[in-house]
Amino acid sequence: MNQNLYKYLIRLGDDSLIIGHRLSEWCGHGPILEEDIALTNFALDFIGQAQSILEYAGKVEGAGRDADDLAYLRYEHDFRNALLVEQPNGDFALTMMRQFLFDAFRKPLFEALTKSSDEQVAAIAEKSLKETKYHLKHSSEWIIRLGDGTEESHKRTQDALDTLWRYTDELFYEDETDKALEAAGIIPSISKIKEEWEKTVNNVLTEATLTLPTNGWSYGKGRAGLHSENLGYILAEMQYLQRAYPGAKW
Amino acid sequence: MSNEELERQFQEKIDNEIKIEPRDWMPDAYRNLLIRQISQHAHSETVGMLPEGNWITRAPSLRRKQILLAKVQDEAGHGLYLYSACETLGVDREDTIDDLHSGKAKYSSIFNYPALTWADMGAIGWLVDGAAIMNQIPLSRCSYGPYARSMVRICKEESFHQRQGYEIMTHLANGTPEQKAMAQDALNRFWWPAMMMFGPSDNDSKHSAQSMKWKIKRFTNDELRQQFVDATAPQAELIGLKVPDADLKFNESTGHYEYGEMNWDEFWQVVNGNGPCNKERLDARRKAKEDGMWVREAAAAYAKKQEKKEKRA
Ligand SMILES: [Fe+2]
Ligand SMILES: [Fe+2]
Repeated sequence: MNQNLYKYLIRLGDDSLIIGHRLSEWCGHGPILEEDIALTNFALDFIGQAQSILEYAGKVEGAGRDADDLAYLRYEHDFRNALLVEQPNGDFALTMMRQFLFDAFRKPLFEALTKSSDEQVAAIAEKSLKETKYHLKHSSEWIIRLGDGTEESHKRTQDALDTLWRYTDELFYEDETDKALEAAGIIPSISKIKEEWEKTVNNVLTEATLTLPTNGWSYGKGRAGLHSENLGYILAEMQYLQRAYPGAKW
Repeated sequence: MSNEELERQFQEKIDNEIKIEPRDWMPDAYRNLLIRQISQHAHSETVGMLPEGNWITRAPSLRRKQILLAKVQDEAGHGLYLYSACETLGVDREDTIDDLHSGKAKYSSIFNYPALTWADMGAIGWLVDGAAIMNQIPLSRCSYGPYARSMVRICKEESFHQRQGYEIMTHLANGTPEQKAMAQDALNRFWWPAMMMFGPSDNDSKHSAQSMKWKIKRFTNDELRQQFVDATAPQAELIGLKVPDADLKFNESTGHYEYGEMNWDEFWQVVNGNGPCNKERLDARRKAKEDGMWVREAAAAYAKKQEKKEKRA
C-alpha cells in the first residue's frame, strides 16, 4: 500500500469528520432558523466528505477497513485532525471564526487537489470544492458582519480570533509524507496554499475591522496524533454505540 | 359591501374549493384560527428538531448520521416555510416565536417525550412523521392557499422521513437480541404518544366543527387516528414488533383495526406543560433565541451601515 497516501487521507478525512461533528452540535440551537439550516447543511457536507475520504483511505490501506471502521473504531491517538477543528463551538463568533480560518485553508487546498495525479483524490476534491466555496462565502460574510456589526459582536469576534489564532499554523504542517506525495504530484506544495490562505484571511479580517494577533506562538500536534482534551469527549460521544454493542450493524 | 355579504361570498368560495389568498377578504376568526394553527405547526417543526438533533453526534454510522442530519435540516426548512405562510396573514415571525417562549402558543406534545435510545430515531420517523403525514395530506387541500402549498412540499419530505424511520426499525428488529429489544422498547414508549398526536377524541374537540366548515380540516381527529392505526399496525407486525395495546385487533367486517382506550389524563398533563421534557424543550428554544440576540443585532447593525454607505455613494 501507499503508506503516505493513507496517512494523508486520514488527515484530510479526520479534519472533515471532526469539524462536521462540531457543527452538528449546533443543530436546533442556532441564533436564527436560517442559520440552523446552514450549519446543519455544512455538517452534512463535511460528514459526506469524511465518508468518501475515509472510504478511500481504507481502500488504500488494504486491510479491509471501511469508512465506518476508521471513524468509529480508531482511538484518540490514531486521529490526525488539526487541533483547530476539535476546538469547542463556544459562541457563534467562535464557531464562525473556526469555520472561516478552516474554509480559507480548504478552498485553495481542494482547488489544487482537483489537479492531483491520483484520480480518486481529484474526484473527491472536485466535489468537495463546490461545497467549500459556499462554506467560505458564508463564513466570510458572517465574520465581516460580526466584526463590523456592533461593539459587542466586534469584541466577541476579535476574542474568537485571538483564541483560535495559535491553531492556524498547524494547518500548514508538513513532513516526509507530504513531501513524498508532492513529489508524486498527488498533493500541492503547502507553501502555495499558505500564501492564498494569508491573502483571504487578510482581506476578510481587514474588511471585518479585526486586528491580526501579533503573538506568533503556534500550537498543535494533531497531525502527529497528539490532541487537546476535547477529542476524547468527541469520540466518546461519536463512537458510543459502536463501542457499547461491538459488532452490531446499524 | 356588508360584512354578511362578504362572509357569504367567502364561504361560497370555500364551498367551491377556490383557495383563499393573502389579499382576499377573510373573517377575523378565520385569520386567527389559521395564525394559531400554522404558527403552532411551525413551532412543532422547530421544537421537533431537538429530540432527534440530540442523537446526531451519536449516530452509529456515517450513513445514518447523514440521513439524520438531512432529516433534521428538512424539519428546520418546514419551520421556515410555515413561518412564511403564517406571515402572509399579517403576523411577525419573531412575535409568534415569543408566544411560544412565553408558553402562550403550543406545539405538538409528542416532542415533550425524550429520545432515549438510537431506536427512538426509528420510532420517531416511523410513527411521529407517519402520524404527521396523516394530518398533513388533507391539509395540502386546505382552503388557505399559502398553507396548502407549503404542505404539498412538506408532505413529500415527511413521507421520506417515515420510510427512513421504518427502515431503521426494520434493521433493528432483524438485528441482535439487544437491538430488537431496543426497537420494541421504542415502540412501547412512542405508540400512545403518537396516537395522541391526532388530538382529543371528536366528542371533546372544541375547534373541529368550524375548521371543517372552513375546509381547514377535512377529517375528524378520530378518522385520522383510525387511518394511522390501519396503516401502522400491519407494519409493526411485518417486522415482528408488538404494538403495546392489548385491545388492538383487526375487525374483518369493518376492515379496520380496533384499538384500546387512550390515557387522556396523560394527554392533558403533557399539553399543559407537565410532560417529561416540556421544560427542557422550551428552555432550549428560549436559550437559542437569547444567545442569538447579539448575532441578530450585529447583522442588523451591519446592514444599516451598508445602506448608509450605498446612499453616500
Ligand atoms: Fe416536518
Ligand atoms: Fe419529518
